[in-house]
Amino acid sequence: MGGATGSTTSAMVNPAGPIRSAVGRFGVYGGRYVPETLMAALEELEAAYADAQKDAAFQAELDDLLHNYCGRPTPLYYAKRLSESLGGAKIYLKREDLLHTGAHKINNALGQGLLARRMGKQRIIAETGAGQHGVATATVCALLGMDCVIYMGDEDMRRQELNVLRMRLLGAEVRGVSAGSATLKDAISEAMRDWVTNVRSTFYILGSALGAHPYPTIVRDFHRVISKEAKRQIMEQEGKLPTAIVACVGGGSNAIGAFYEFLNDTNVQLIGVEAGGRGTALGEHAARFMKVGGGVPGVLQGTYSYVLQNDAGQIALTHSVSAGLDYASVGPEHAMLHDSGRATYTSATDDEALKATVTLARTEGILPALESAHAVAEAIKLAPTMAKSDVLMVNLSGRGDKDMGILARELDLQSVSVKG
Amino acid sequence: MAIEFKTKPGLVVYLTAGDPDLATTRDIALAAIDNGADVIELGVPFSDPLADGPVIQRASERAVAKGTRLTDVLGVAAELRKARPQAGIILFSYLNPVLRLGLSDFCAKAAEAGADGVLLTDMIVEEAGEYLEAMRANNLAPVFLAAPTSPDARLKAIAECSQGFVYAISRTGITGTQSSLTSDASQVVTRLRQFTKLPIAVGFGVSNADHVKAVGEFADAAVIGSAIVQLIEKTAPEQAAAAVGKFVAELRA
Repeated sequence: MGGATGSTTSAMVNPAGPIRSAVGRFGVYGGRYVPETLMAALEELEAAYADAQKDAAFQAELDDLLHNYCGRPTPLYYAKRLSESLGGAKIYLKREDLLHTGAHKINNALGQGLLARRMGKQRIIAETGAGQHGVATATVCALLGMDCVIYMGDEDMRRQELNVLRMRLLGAEVRGVSAGSATLKDAISEAMRDWVTNVRSTFYILGSALGAHPYPTIVRDFHRVISKEAKRQIMEQEGKLPTAIVACVGGGSNAIGAFYEFLNDTNVQLIGVEAGGRGTALGEHAARFMKVGGGVPGVLQGTYSYVLQNDAGQIALTHSVSAGLDYASVGPEHAMLHDSGRATYTSATDDEALKATVTLARTEGILPALESAHAVAEAIKLAPTMAKSDVLMVNLSGRGDKDMGILARELDLQSVSVKG
Repeated sequence: MAIEFKTKPGLVVYLTAGDPDLATTRDIALAAIDNGADVIELGVPFSDPLADGPVIQRASERAVAKGTRLTDVLGVAAELRKARPQAGIILFSYLNPVLRLGLSDFCAKAAEAGADGVLLTDMIVEEAGEYLEAMRANNLAPVFLAAPTSPDARLKAIAECSQGFVYAISRTGITGTQSSLTSDASQVVTRLRQFTKLPIAVGFGVSNADHVKAVGEFADAAVIGSAIVQLIEKTAPEQAAAAVGKFVAELRA
């Protein structure tokens, strides 16, 4: 899989260039489609990141904090009772839920936070959907002594209230966004408006493998540690690579982190799970790769990728029980992996995710985030179809404490009956 | 048919097409032209206008909710061209609706409608190869944005890729009214001037006659957007054309 570029640096402004610039491309996807005001900042970020990558001291500080502050490496846990109850493949959980702040998001927030400090930017902004990236960013800002503003859709503030309170406790200002569907997409637009306005003083810590180049590459790189560790751990525990890896895909940051080091191991199946929501009609789900009723390539918020939209090119509303998957577009590297067939993408419905949450809680004593529960739901479908000698790895990207309000509303916790 | 600023400073009027409805947009544009606007920028409403402030966001939301499509906006352009052969007409859009129609289809239809040029908010010069080819094939003028943050190398490329005029953004930020112009505005125009003989129009925050006069001291034209969109928002649809006509006449006074 040598196609995963995304790291080409912009040599110069070349107006007589090809059909589209090769900078930051994943196959035909990615690129940079932003208001001109942001271009200087993106170029500055790209240069600063290239510089940091060459600096051993930067990497050493990041590694030290990932280990001593965040708790890396995260365990790769054999979910024995779940596996046996399903009667197929051995299921392993990569426990990103055990990281400090409760999700994989801290890997990237910490990396970008250190980059911001290195660039001398004191003011940090970020968007958040489920609030996990917002909490991670607020945490890093507290750790590094930086000012922090988090944009979050009103609807998401309502359904992930606990994370709003956590961000405020950590000293961040949380600004609600009421535009559009008042979810992740609208929070990103508002963060970009802030960035355009305060671009000279402000660093935008983008939370998913989305947006204009170099963000999809930077975010993926900071999450590569997931698959680096997992590859070593599965070799230690099983003496072989997994048969398949399953991860949920909103923007796609945890999935690309879990997939990346396995891209060249073509016998390892890579499976992304999107939000199937409550139906297949446009507006009822966030399954960009769904064959009928899914997205078509277009540009949303800086990058060329699959986008849920109507036939006039207006971005569609989306629905998912999980705020972190509730987004109309998807990271451009996933679009490339989808088209090449290297990864396959499927979806789990709201109900399947809710049921999977209960199943994992009651068989393993692990409460997954509703986002991660979409990956668990796929594993529950898939494992029984696989041989007992197969190994199925699930990236458990976050923990579900934040979702207790939703779970209490959606499920009758006293009477819900789940096998196991 | 060419973009021409007959008086200095020239006046470019931005309208969000379809707010409050397409027929009113046409009438407002005609009133603006008849009262001194050299160029009409017909804004294609988009669901996620991330470069726009609250005023144009609200107008876009209303127009999208009414089902306004890119092809409808092309229809308004055609009506304007027929009614006012001399006026400059620029289509102003985010990229996605244009991609959905198809770049070359869009350019062909825009030319057929009689538009003079196109400005795509989220199209930067590096990504514009295919777009520029389609524009050239249809004899349309691509207008690019130049920002106060753009280094000279970028301004040079922007100037070289643009035709008709170059649109200089007056400040870092999104669209919207403001009380006074910043020094960013004249600086970006001065830097751009090294690279082009094209007219330079200044927009973002240009809200009243004083601003227009101030822009005239260092640039060729002023772009008025949010101030007019806000006026339309506050005015009953049947009075909007007259109100905008009066406002534009006052800018010219």
